Order: sequence, then structure tokens, then C-alpha cells
Amino acid sequence: MTVEQILFLLAGAVILVSAFLVVTVRKLMHAALWLVVTLFGVAVLYALLQANFLAVVQLVVYIGAIAILFIFAVMLTRKEMRDLGPQTRSNWWVAVLVGAAVLMGLVFVVLAIPGVERTAQVLPEGLDTVQALGVALVSPNAYVLPFEVASVLLLAALIGAVYLAGIIKK
Amino acid sequence: MTFWNDPINLIANWLNTLLTGWGVPASLATVLIYFIGITVLVVFAMVLDIGLVWVERKVVARFQDRLGPNRLGPFGLIQPIADIIKMVIKEDITPAGAEKVLYNIAPVLSATSVIMLWAILPLAANIYGVDLNVALLYIVAMGALGTLAIIIAGWASNNKYALLGAFRMVANMVAYEIPMVIVLLIPTILAGTMSVIGITEAQRNLWFVFLSPLGAVIFMISAIAELGRSPFDLNEAESEIVAGFHIEYTGMKFGWFYASELLHAFTFGGFAAILFFGGYNGFFGLEQFPAFSWLNIPFVQALVFIVKAMIGYWVIMWVKYSMPRIRIDHMLAFNWKFLVPLSLVLLVVTAILHRILVVLPTWQYALGMFAANIVIITATIEILRAHGRKQRQAEYALLKTQ
Repeated sequence: MTVEQILFLLAGAVILVSAFLVVTVRKLMHAALWLVVTLFGVAVLYALLQANFLAVVQLVVYIGAIAILFIFAVMLTRKEMRDLGPQTRSNWWVAVLVGAAVLMGLVFVVLAIPGVERTAQVLPEGLDTVQALGVALVSPNAYVLPFEVASVLLLAALIGAVYLAGIIKK
Repeated sequence: MTFWNDPINLIANWLNTLLTGWGVPASLATVLIYFIGITVLVVFAMVLDIGLVWVERKVVARFQDRLGPNRLGPFGLIQPIADIIKMVIKEDITPAGAEKVLYNIAPVLSATSVIMLWAILPLAANIYGVDLNVALLYIVAMGALGTLAIIIAGWASNNKYALLGAFRMVANMVAYEIPMVIVLLIPTILAGTMSVIGITEAQRNLWFVFLSPLGAVIFMISAIAELGRSPFDLNEAESEIVAGFHIEYTGMKFGWFYASELLHAFTFGGFAAILFFGGYNGFFGLEQFPAFSWLNIPFVQALVFIVKAMIGYWVIMWVKYSMPRIRIDHMLAFNWKFLVPLSLVLLVVTAILHRILVVLPTWQYALGMFAANIVIITATIEILRAHGRKQRQAEYALLKTQ
């Protein structure tokens, strides 16, 4: 077993355990912090895939912005940040069946992709993946249209947020 | 390859042949060497941190017209060691209502977020942890970990002052992250890379502070806010919330917060040096001349870098000990209504001008970029002055009617 495989298995185990804890722990604050651990594990997976940019963006956006806003919201919402009710419903077995079916389907689909069992390519020396990504995002032959559509959508959301925040002042 | 030209690789190769000679598999040997390297780097950072305690106390004493530590050893140099011994033997208290695990994780996470930054800090051209091609985003990502540490500390202490301090700190850090990210893009544009080595090498002949003085100032302001130091120290405002997020921590756990704050300040001084003041390079490409070729020796480069980082750290201390704390609404308004628009304008102007002027000879290019910065600064001051005058006149008119 190579070092990469050991790291991959460790990161996978951390992601699975912490993701399970996100939905099972009783304290909302702990759930939010376990979510941070899950997101961190995903960043490790990106780093193992040599996707440096995605790994760091995962940290900046998901942990730096989204998870911290979650925690902020959790701290501000309820006084008793604990869920005391029952954690399962009577038809939980239906959810288990559906979840298992989806998992099987996904595994089947992924295994059907040609070349899924290949080992990761070693990137050539001097290849700047960030530059390649940047060029792809603004090149008309690649992803400029989805990129611009997404930015228009974000701009609309931003203007909407500013408008909503402005109403209360009057 | 001699020890003076490439010390790190020489030692790594020597260790590699030694370990493989002992029959250790090559992959395990690599992991072990990395592990040793990381340990040495962390130990170096922490030992430097002990020195920083002394520097900070001596400098603040000068600012406040005192002598500072002067009893233990020459110039009080042994004082930080005494401080550490004191902190280690203090009683370790965990408040009754605190979350034990989270309460104990927070100081470790706080120190981690700073020490992780040292992974990308180039002390010299070939003395660095790793040359990431996304190094500048990595700085921001580690800032996010620091924010997380403060939230956890504030929440797990189960103390209202701690929680208030954490709230303020998060509002501060999330807000000032934005001008910081925008300003980090300016060296990226000028150097054409996000790697700190690439940015430093691009400043061999001309420091970026001459191309973007405004960028350097905005970076310094947002770095001070990110550090939570005065005038942005609302998170631990002594006169309002006692000590903020670390109010419940005692002994060495408080020590970790204190140590990571000092090391963080020094590290950001180092990043200011890398991004705008040429990092480990000498002055104006001096090392290209044969008489100054000794500037290329890694140990001299490391010394140059540390001196520059110390100057940046000194500026941070200078601001800290001469400015009063500002109110939270002023702080947020200053960020959202002033720094963010200003840095956006600066970014757009820098990006366009760099594309147009980069074909010209260096001195014309530098002059153009510098002039653009001066124009932006003048325009900003004029807008602020007009705005201030309008406000004063409105107040005056109101006064007259009463």
C-alpha cells in the first residue's frame, strides 16, 4: 500500500464518520463542527488528487464562509441548542432502503465509467493547473458561458440581498 | 551543491542515503524526512516566538516610555523563559459549564492556523516548506481556521464575555477577509503567479510597493484587522468585555493564544515583506553585481527576510500601541464603505494598466503604475474631504436653526 492510499483511506474514514455524526449528534453546535471536519476531509481528497486550487477553495469557501455562517446562525437562533425529540421516525427502514438503492446505483454507474480503475496520472513538471483552470473559465471554447451565467446569477442574488437589507432601514 | 548554497536539499539527500542505507524503504524514508523537516520548521517558529515575546514587551515599553523587562539576563532576555515557566506551572482551570473537548481544542487550533502558514513562508530561495501554486489563497484558508478557533473558544467557554468577543471577532474577520483577498490579487496580477516564490522572484529588480503603494497599505490594514490587534481589537476589548474569547483560559492554554497572536503578527509582517517588499531579495537587484553576490547565500537571504519581516511586525506594533480602539459599527462601515470599494477600484486599474504598460521599458512601466496609485489616492482623499465638508456644513446648519 502506498502512502497516498493510506492517506486516502484515512481521509475517507474521517469523512464517513464525521458525516454520520453530523446527522446523529444531539447538539446543533456539535453537528456544525462535525460538518467542518467532513468538509476538511473533502479538501484532503482534493489535495490528494493534485487539485490544489479546489482544495484551498474548499477551505476558503466551505469552512471559511459557509460553515462559519452556519455556526453563527446556530449560535444566534435558539437558547437551548439541543434537540430532545426522537431521532428516527417509524418509517426509517424505507429511508434505509432508498439510501442503499441509491448507493448501489451510484457504485454501478461509477464502475461502468471506462478507465475508472486507472491510477492517477503524474502531472508533467511545470504544468500550472491554476492557470489552465483560469484559461478554461474565460475561453469561449470551454466554459465562458456557464461561468458568466453563474456570475449573473450571483450578481442578482447580491442585488436582492442589498435590496432586502435596505427595506428595513426606511 | 555545498552546505552554504543549498543546505536543506543537502541535509535531505544525506538523510535519504542514510535511511535507505539502513534498509528503510524509499517511500517510508521520504515520509520520515518530510516529518523531520516539518518538526524542525515548527520548532524554529516556536523558538522564534519565544524571542518575539521579548521583542513585543521591549517595544511596547519604549512606546509607553518605560524600560520593559530588564532584570533577568542582559536586557531582560531571559524574561520570556521565566514567563513560560510561570504559565506552565499555573493552575489549569476548566470552567464547570464548559464543553471540555472543544474548550481544549481551541488553543491548539489557534496555534495550528498560524504554524500552517509557515509551510509556505520562503525564508530563502531554497529554504521553504512547499511552493504552492495557490499560496495566496492558502493564506486566506488558514485565516478561516483561525476564525474557527476563536468561535470554538468563545462558545465552549460558556461565558457571555467570551461569546461576545467571538461574535465581534467573526464579524471583523469575515469582513476584512474581502479587501485582503482583493489586495492579494494585486501581486498575483503583477507577478503572474500565486506562488510566493514566483512573486518574490518577480521582485528581483523592483519591489511591488513601488508599483502599488496603495495595495501595500490596504494589505497592512486588513492584516491588522485579521490579527485582531488594536485598533481592531474589539474581540478582547479590556474596558468592555474583560478579555474576550480567551477570558476563561488559564496557564499555558492562554499562553497558546498569546503565542499564536505574536507569531501571527510576525508572519503577516513576513507576508507583507514577500508580497510588496521583495521577500528574501536584496535591494533593487543588487545581488546581480559581483560585489554583492554574497546576498545570494541562503543564510544571508534568510537574514534579509527576517529583518524585513521584523520591520513589518514593528509597523503592526507601532499601530497597535498608538491608536485607540474603534467602535464596531465604525469598523464595519470603514471596511464595507471604504476599503472594499477602494480595493476593487485599485484592482481593476492595476489589472488594466498592467496589461497596457507591461510592453514598455521597466522605468516607464513603474512610473505609470506609481502615478495611477497616486491618482487613486488623491481622488479618494478629495472625495472624503468633500463628504466630510458636506457633513460638517449640515451639522452647522442644524446648529444654527436650534
